[in-house]
Amino acid sequence: MTPFFALLRRDLSLSVREGGGVGLALGFFALVATLVPLGVGPDMLVLSKVGAGILWVGATLAALLSLDRLFQADYEDGSLDLIALSPLSLEGAAAAKMIAHWLATGLPLTLLSPVLSVLFGLPTGAMLMLAASLLLGTPAVSAAGAIGASLTLSLRRGGLILPLIVLPLLTPAVIFGTGMVVEVQTGLATGAFGFLAAFSLATVLLSPFIAAMAVRLNLAG
Amino acid sequence: MIASLTAEKLACTRGTRRLFEGLSFRVTAGQALALEGANGAGKTSLLRLVAGFLPQAAGRVFVTENGNEIVEPEERGRFIGWLGHHDALKASFTVSEQLAFFSKLYSAPPVGGSAAGTSPVKTGEERRAALLEQVGLARQAELPCRYLSAGQRRRLGLARLLLTARPLWLLDEPFAALDVDGKGLVARLIALHCGQGGMVIAATHEPLGLGNESLKL
Repeated sequence: MTPFFALLRRDLSLSVREGGGVGLALGFFALVATLVPLGVGPDMLVLSKVGAGILWVGATLAALLSLDRLFQADYEDGSLDLIALSPLSLEGAAAAKMIAHWLATGLPLTLLSPVLSVLFGLPTGAMLMLAASLLLGTPAVSAAGAIGASLTLSLRRGGLILPLIVLPLLTPAVIFGTGMVVEVQTGLATGAFGFLAAFSLATVLLSPFIAAMAVRLNLAG
Repeated sequence: MIASLTAEKLACTRGTRRLFEGLSFRVTAGQALALEGANGAGKTSLLRLVAGFLPQAAGRVFVTENGNEIVEPEERGRFIGWLGHHDALKASFTVSEQLAFFSKLYSAPPVGGSAAGTSPVKTGEERRAALLEQVGLARQAELPCRYLSAGQRRRLGLARLLLTARPLWLLDEPFAALDVDGKGLVARLIALHCGQGGMVIAATHEPLGLGNESLKL
């Protein structure tokens, strides 16, 4: 497991040291969550209705910001060649990178979400449910994002195409993540938790294999 | 330890252009092979093909270990030490951090290896310090990689190559950016590696400085 954790730790410390990681995602998320209530106006009824959806979309977009460099930086400086020749499989490398990305973005975004939900007047129950849904759903954001990042790693402006590939894949996460909060607000059971859990699990389990395939294709290009 | 690398009737196509075809060669333990050829002749492509990154358009390439032919590219990759065009260095990491990362990534043996063959037992950290000393970067150990010159980056690449202790070295322009002393170092390291039963394939415009064979592309 040493090579796996070595890569995970390196990616984490890079995201802290070289910027574009934790601070950027949190700042973007906080700005979106602050601007929307200013634009919509101080109607708490409207805000609490749209709050969960906006926070989910905001968190997803914030997590995408740093994704384009996930494989690209290592591809450009030759690190990816050395990773490919190491005892760690490309599947393992993709998984390590995904986890590092989630620890640097998904987790902090989840922890920040209760603070930002105050701006939308979400009651405590909905606030906690939002954090729970983000905790469950953001791993899928990093995982689906890794697929997009691996496909675009050799493109100079890959960061612009990346959201176009990744966001459609994440539609279920946004629908069911928001759905979990709406359940608490309306009291109607919709089974959103089960759907989000299933989607998240499937995405996280499959994406290292898909990402590794895309990395192989790009190394051969 | 692997005994040989064999290429049989290899062909490589990049885009629509056929770079080479019908290329056969064999490198056995203790041998160095220099790849020569004009810019764009396909030296780097051949190295990437041997490393398993590029698929060959035709032919076969495999390493032989204890009489078994290892054809599968990713299995073959476990024998390869790589020194490519790019330095694979992160600007914010110090020289020793960079080396420590690759040591863990490659689960590098803490003792022995091609560089420290005759020296007594060493911990991973001592070994890395000894490697930096060997390539002339001891004074830069705590310097972030962004301050290294092109030649120093190359020297760090050599230290990494020694650290990973792989039997088959694939070197792409190993002399690039190095000063006279550095070029001597590369030649010494290649000779030492071959002397310990390793194999070297180097794409180069300069003589490797030993009685090696050469392949013209």
